[in-house]
Amino acid sequence: MGTVQKEVQSLINSGYEHGFVTQIESDTLPVGLDEDVIRHISAKKQEPEWMLERRLKAYRHWLGMTGPNWAHLNIPAIDYQAISYYSAPKKKGDGPKSLDEVDPELLDTYNKLGIPLEEQKALAGVAVDAVFDSVSVATTFRQSLADAGVIFCSMSEAVREYPELIQQYLGKIVPHTDNYFAALNAAVFSDGTFVYIPAGVRCPMELSTYFRINEAKTGQFERTLIIAEQGSSVSYLEGCTAPMRDENQLHAAVVELIAMDDAKIKYSTVQNWYPGDAQGRGGIYNFVTKRGECRGDRSHISWTQVETGSAITWKYPSCILRGNDSVGEFYSVAVTKGRQQADTGTKMIHLGRNSKSTIVSKGISAGQAQNTYRGLVRISQRAENARNHTQCDSLLLGDQCSAHTYPYIEVRHPNADVEHEATTSKISEDQLFYCRQRGLAEEEAVSMIVNGFCKEVFKELPMEFAVEAQKLLNLTLEGAVG
Amino acid sequence: MLTITDLHATVDGKPILNGLNLQVNAGEVHAIMGPNGSGKSTLAHILSGREGYQVTQGSVVYKDADLLALDIEARAHQGVFLAMQYPVELPGVNNMTFLRESVNSVRRARGEDELDAVSFIQRVREKAELVELPDKLLKRNVNSGFSGGEKKRNEILQMALLEPTLAILDETDSGLDIDAMRVVANGVNALRSPEHAMIVVTHYQRLLDYVVPDFVHVLANGRIIRSGDKSLAHELEEKGYGWVIEEAAA
Repeated sequence: MGTVQKEVQSLINSGYEHGFVTQIESDTLPVGLDEDVIRHISAKKQEPEWMLERRLKAYRHWLGMTGPNWAHLNIPAIDYQAISYYSAPKKKGDGPKSLDEVDPELLDTYNKLGIPLEEQKALAGVAVDAVFDSVSVATTFRQSLADAGVIFCSMSEAVREYPELIQQYLGKIVPHTDNYFAALNAAVFSDGTFVYIPAGVRCPMELSTYFRINEAKTGQFERTLIIAEQGSSVSYLEGCTAPMRDENQLHAAVVELIAMDDAKIKYSTVQNWYPGDAQGRGGIYNFVTKRGECRGDRSHISWTQVETGSAITWKYPSCILRGNDSVGEFYSVAVTKGRQQADTGTKMIHLGRNSKSTIVSKGISAGQAQNTYRGLVRISQRAENARNHTQCDSLLLGDQCSAHTYPYIEVRHPNADVEHEATTSKISEDQLFYCRQRGLAEEEAVSMIVNGFCKEVFKELPMEFAVEAQKLLNLTLEGAVG
Repeated sequence: MLTITDLHATVDGKPILNGLNLQVNAGEVHAIMGPNGSGKSTLAHILSGREGYQVTQGSVVYKDADLLALDIEARAHQGVFLAMQYPVELPGVNNMTFLRESVNSVRRARGEDELDAVSFIQRVREKAELVELPDKLLKRNVNSGFSGGEKKRNEILQMALLEPTLAILDETDSGLDIDAMRVVANGVNALRSPEHAMIVVTHYQRLLDYVVPDFVHVLANGRIIRSGDKSLAHELEEKGYGWVIEEAAA
């Protein structure tokens, strides 16, 4: 490789800081998917028989399904027999009971990612569940949370320890029949996070899960379930990264939220999966189903997402507003550059009276990327006085990228109040000249304008993460203009 | 401070400047007047580094260095400031944030410490008072929903904060009523000092009643065809440009 080429290469890669691979011995299933693989995963997790039955049922259903083809995405054929469905770092016994037992190599990985798992070093007030490939390797602050009555543990553990809650709620918001990737996830999911907030409890700290894909040729299929009982509240954040590899890797997660009367769940995502290189080689396929049900009256679910990574993103965090006076919110910043593609948005299903939803979507497209907002607002017959406000803005950097907006609005009640606003803009030469004449470098100018564009969404993130998100955005857009 | 020698420039192959000469020393205010299409704005843009102009001949020396070799932002760091004829809007960017980023990037480039929030706000308040820019406009997004006069006052506020060594005002008076013009002129006059120089590009003599220039130049067909003192501006106001152009051609 010539020097110039090398420099160009390092410039392109400079945007992705988390592309390293952890050298750790792992226990990885051979590639391929059949009922034996599912039995094997279930056995590894020492699951009860009913869980295995559910998995097999989902798998059999999945076999008869085809992948979605309606999105504004060019998804190459995925060979599901070329993926390994389970990979875990090798360990002694059946999982770490305390942090002292976690492999130092893993602790080091999370340190490098800026997520120290040692509680004394951790960000004050944030508890972390660290998911590495297919398993949860550590969950911090469990004791302090338990004192408040909050359950915060890995999904594998929840299946064993809290079977009644899992049987009652898992797959109720996103059933395995919901869509192709949800069915696949229901069959092969390996870990994830379970959160239970008892009635009246305000969760004393931010909860978060950090997802890391490490092993090659594996997929990550995690499952998250958050239950907020009457009058409780919780703020939860997930972050995701993966090494740089030439091949594509699949991440097909399912997240379910349930909020009872007067409960509030705030779910924030900073997604920074490896996006692939400038030619579009490699990167994560991020096919995720996220849905929350505002089951109780006056319940409130808020989704905030900052999506900067992944080769392809297919994701629509949604709210079913069943309770009267319930509130659903969706705040999104989706950035695509290079050859990234994103088709993302939300669904707000209004069933309860006086239910209210807000959608703020900010799409930023650079390079040759494609960025699509797709959203559904449905006001049902009994949703009297339902209100929705949607604001959907696209910003284009350069002249080879594109932005698309597909809003679907279905109103079945005469006094619904539904508003949709959309804008598309470009950073103009005049704006750049203006900023540079005032002393800002071109990249500073772009980042200032982009941050201004995203401000409404960033202010919804927990404070520490808003700063992170802003930094990430600046890093992502480095060299994206000009 | 600034020496422009035999400057020729084209836009899309079309000649706009045809051998322009100008000497600006520290402490001087130069007014450049001339009919539409004479190259006044082109000169302002070339000095600030705007793209889209090709310099085909001649040189511009600023503080003993080749100005044309510098990037747009490097010129700003060296104290070149252009008050724009049409200031653009920056949606989503808070005016205060923009002012701070601007001031601090110039300070950083000069190896000075960034201003802390408190002293920055103090300084902005003081300068905003000078150009009578209401507080609420500092909190709004840059130029968004500003009237024509407010945009121009915002330009002068930026100039007052950056204290440029060479300020170029490109038709800052256009679209201003008398009151706004007086306010703008106050801001401009506050910056006059033996260290600072200014080039004031204008169509009309009006502004020059408030900002009294040391020299007045007439630009026509891409070169300076006549220079004089303030009385030249009055003469132009009275008689138009025709006679100067004819005399120059003769």
